[in-house]
Amino acid sequence: MAVARPFDKLPALNSAALLLVGTDGSAQQRLAEAVLRERREFEISIHLATSLPLPAERDHLRPRIDLIVFIIDIKSKYSLKNVEASLAYVDASFFLGKVCFLVTGVGRVNNCSIEMNAIWKLRDVYCSPVLLCELEVERIQATTAQRLLRMLQICAGHVPGVSALTFGSLMRSSADD
Amino acid sequence: MDEVVAEYIRRTVLKIPRDEIMGVLRKWGFLSETQLGAINFRQTKDSISQEVVQLCEENSADVKQAAILDIIYNNIYPNKRVWSVYQMKKTGEETDLFDFTNFKKKFKRRLQSALKNVTISFREYEDNAIWIRIAWGTPYTKPNQYKTSYVVYHSQTPYVFISVSVLKSNLPLLCQALVVASNYHDIREMELRSHCLNSLKDIVFKRYSQNFQTHYPKQEKNVATENVDVRIIQEDKSEKERIQRVNREVFGDGPQPKLEFAQYKLETMFKSDPKMDVLEKREPFRCLVKFSSPDLLESLKSLVPAGMADAPLSPLLTCIPQKARNYFKIRERKGVLPGSFVRP
Repeated sequence: MAVARPFDKLPALNSAALLLVGTDGSAQQRLAEAVLRERREFEISIHLATSLPLPAERDHLRPRIDLIVFIIDIKSKYSLKNVEASLAYVDASFFLGKVCFLVTGVGRVNNCSIEMNAIWKLRDVYCSPVLLCELEVERIQATTAQRLLRMLQICAGHVPGVSALTFGSLMRSSADD
Repeated sequence: MDEVVAEYIRRTVLKIPRDEIMGVLRKWGFLSETQLGAINFRQTKDSISQEVVQLCEENSADVKQAAILDIIYNNIYPNKRVWSVYQMKKTGEETDLFDFTNFKKKFKRRLQSALKNVTISFREYEDNAIWIRIAWGTPYTKPNQYKTSYVVYHSQTPYVFISVSVLKSNLPLLCQALVVASNYHDIREMELRSHCLNSLKDIVFKRYSQNFQTHYPKQEKNVATENVDVRIIQEDKSEKERIQRVNREVFGDGPQPKLEFAQYKLETMFKSDPKMDVLEKREPFRCLVKFSSPDLLESLKSLVPAGMADAPLSPLLTCIPQKARNYFKIRERKGVLPGSFVRP
């Protein structure tokens, strides 16, 4: 079973790799471009996939993945099912701060197909933060890109004194308040 | 000129967008060029329509001319009405040459023998389409010019496109007259309906790009290189290409005919966990599933590439153009109709 493992490859110097998993290819593309527009001091590669596992043929070309973002469109039950199926192919050690859920489409209240309870369940079961956003709004897309970039920086170990696990538990305790 | 006719012409002109009024009137050919030239198109549509009525008054327009104007309007703007497709059947191989005059005579005779108070108008178009306009009255009242049905008949084919008005009760009479006039024996409704008349014609005359099992050579790869940024890597490229290929095989390359609805009436049994025992009686669970969209077939075509559904799509959805119907009845799987349930 091709499972994504966080530490099975050596890191490259001053770089980070982000993996976006979700069914909406064009939204992923736009988000990736927004992330690349942000100012940063390290090399970045963004990998887009519909679901896991990733094709085994390209495994040797892939760098170490530092952060996996699962994108769920709140208007599409299909996207939630897809994410739930993909979670099975992620090694448990990834969930120590290197996974996050991005829920998009929250701007359109009338078109929600997924109950928020299902999202909170994912957050609790997988101990990972949930970001809510509306990618169709330019400004929010830019803000989300900034947040993801910052998280990526931490997960890749570029921020001294803050590890992915520290950050993850920080996000969790503030959410419970 | 009759008041009713005058008002009818005025209302018809009002429906036309201001910039197109001249063109429509020209096609009508009832007003002379000098008369048309005299119309001031820079005033409000209300005033323009009044002027047109004035000119029609000068030429003593009657119901027949008003009816022709209405046919012309509906021929240019057919998408304002809902059209249903009917197919006529012949038993035997008689291939009589189509005679328009004969057709008109027979149609009028058949219709008027059952209902005298009707206004019937015909107009022939270049693409072998015959447009028929019928304004319905009752046995006791004159025809109401606002209660109309339209028929488009391509004489070289067994297909008829009918736009029914409110008076659905006149439909059997209309169908009978068509069958008699065109020398067929029977007519049936094809369960195919849409606002877009041209798309209905495309489906029925097989003018849309159909899915052939073509095998493209490998040169296809150069086609779409929108994303050149090397920092964004598509991990699923081969899967995405497979999806595009399957989609192309199912839907073909060109634009899809425009339909607004697909309706599935389910007369199947409810299948639940036997322990739940939801329905005590074993009778069919009546359910109606309706898909609606400004352009249904194009939306279905984009479903899988947009990541909203699994490929391949249910054949119940993809068979719509081939089967030339968008209203289905699904019964228990007895081998007659596809019994597979549509997955969201």
